[in-house]
Amino acid sequence: MKDLTFGQYLPYDSFIHKSDPRTKLLLTLGLIVTAFVSFNFYSLGLVIVFTIMAMIVSKVPISFYLRSLKSIWFFVLLTAVLNVIYIKGDNLLFSFWIIKVYAEGIEKAIFIAIRIALLIFISSMLTYTTAPTALTDAIERLLSPLMKIGIDTHMFAMMMTIAIRFIPTLIEETNKIMSAQKARGANMDSGSLLSRVKAIIPILIPLLISSVRRAKELADAMECRCYHGGKGRTRMNSLKASWRDAVCTLSAGLLLAGVILLNVFL
Amino acid sequence: MNTLIKAEKVCFSFKDEEENIKQVLKDFDLEIEKGSFVSILGHNGSGKSTLARLFNCLHIPDSGTITVEGLDTSVEENVFDIRNKIGLIFQNPDNQIVASIVEEDVAFGPENLGVPPKEIRERVDEALKTVGMYDYRRHETHKLSGGQKQRVAIAGIIAMQPDCIIFDEPTAMLDPKGRADVMKTIRKLRKESGKTIVLITHYMDEAVQADRVVVMDSGKIIADDVPQKVFSKVELLKSVGLDVPQPTELCYRLQKDGINLPDVLTVDECVKELMKKIAED
Repeated sequence: MKDLTFGQYLPYDSFIHKSDPRTKLLLTLGLIVTAFVSFNFYSLGLVIVFTIMAMIVSKVPISFYLRSLKSIWFFVLLTAVLNVIYIKGDNLLFSFWIIKVYAEGIEKAIFIAIRIALLIFISSMLTYTTAPTALTDAIERLLSPLMKIGIDTHMFAMMMTIAIRFIPTLIEETNKIMSAQKARGANMDSGSLLSRVKAIIPILIPLLISSVRRAKELADAMECRCYHGGKGRTRMNSLKASWRDAVCTLSAGLLLAGVILLNVFL
Repeated sequence: MNTLIKAEKVCFSFKDEEENIKQVLKDFDLEIEKGSFVSILGHNGSGKSTLARLFNCLHIPDSGTITVEGLDTSVEENVFDIRNKIGLIFQNPDNQIVASIVEEDVAFGPENLGVPPKEIRERVDEALKTVGMYDYRRHETHKLSGGQKQRVAIAGIIAMQPDCIIFDEPTAMLDPKGRADVMKTIRKLRKESGKTIVLITHYMDEAVQADRVVVMDSGKIIADDVPQKVFSKVELLKSVGLDVPQPTELCYRLQKDGINLPDVLTVDECVKELMKKIAED
């Protein structure tokens, strides 16, 4: 639980940090789609170059990006290996026992591995450079047209804000309860699978009860601070698109154009 | 001086987990004047926290009335205005912080009040400066210490600009350092803003700092006076399971042994009086 690099916000001061979270959210989705529609090495190369440039601009140390890959590298490797084994083509490179490795398989595996790595890097870039609250804000504003058909997007955004706010609190609480149960002689690290699952129950129940209590207290505190839903509510930081967002959108647009051209002509 | 909060013949009871009805307050009367600093003292179960919740419309009295500047707390339409006038700080700092970033949490209250964005910014900065957390405005709330979180919560209430702030055992879950910081903030607030402050506590040394101390025991007021007078009733306080401040206790015991000393409240006073006594002999 300590290794929570993925999904963490790193408050550096960069061009990307200062951009509008709405732009970042939309462009992140766009960039991921672009990475998955790059069908040849040239266009994929272009996406790689673009992503690396964006990573440098974000001022977040590259080591953080590499760390975000740590929890997922096994999955990347597994996907690559499966591709190598199962993809059949015309150019047989070598065969070993029942495994036949084709050039097409290796090519496909490299593509998939790079795409997954890009997916992780790009989405990490969004969370590294955007505070969770800014992200929920962006989601709230982007979904606000749904208000017209009667969906309370404010409520949804408030729920997300509170959930994000309480993740670290609940992790801390879980660790505390675990220590308390261990001190009472609970055995969580050994035994059969069944006994380990059973050992989780004395952690989950206190956690659940305390969460309900927390929720009640938080609701009281929010009411005392005059919370009454999204109606008539103002915001301190209103989101404003600036020249930065124009630059981001333009460069992403150029990338997409480049990828399409390279896909078609090479 | 005019009355800010007035409780008249208030009765309040609730059902506990075993469905037993517990009478917390019975025919309770209390007036809190505008601009005063009142501390409400009592041990667990004396009904003091219930009182805070009644003042802020979180509970409605079974009978009797509570009015805040003439507004009845039991009338639904008044609730928003009353909560705008009276801010409440809870015991657990973790459970009253809504946002992940300090300044966004402080902005939560003014945002609910519909204050224009520019003014929210000013209020937030000012409130954070008052509690000494301005340098932490972009920090994440969960990384702060208990005392810092509590000060952020106080800033969140200050930014709503209420007339009165009720502190419901604000230091009960804090370490000594956090306690001292929060008390310093309360004193500063008192001195600089002149807001009405109600401090609910079971710590004697905190209660002493108020202008008026109300002592509660099983839902009744057993003493209500300036701190010097209240704490001179050492026997009475002990009979309801409360302590007196240590300097007061020391002088009380010396008095019992026949040494002529006045009633004191603080360590400084105590030292001064003892020095005087020693010089005399």
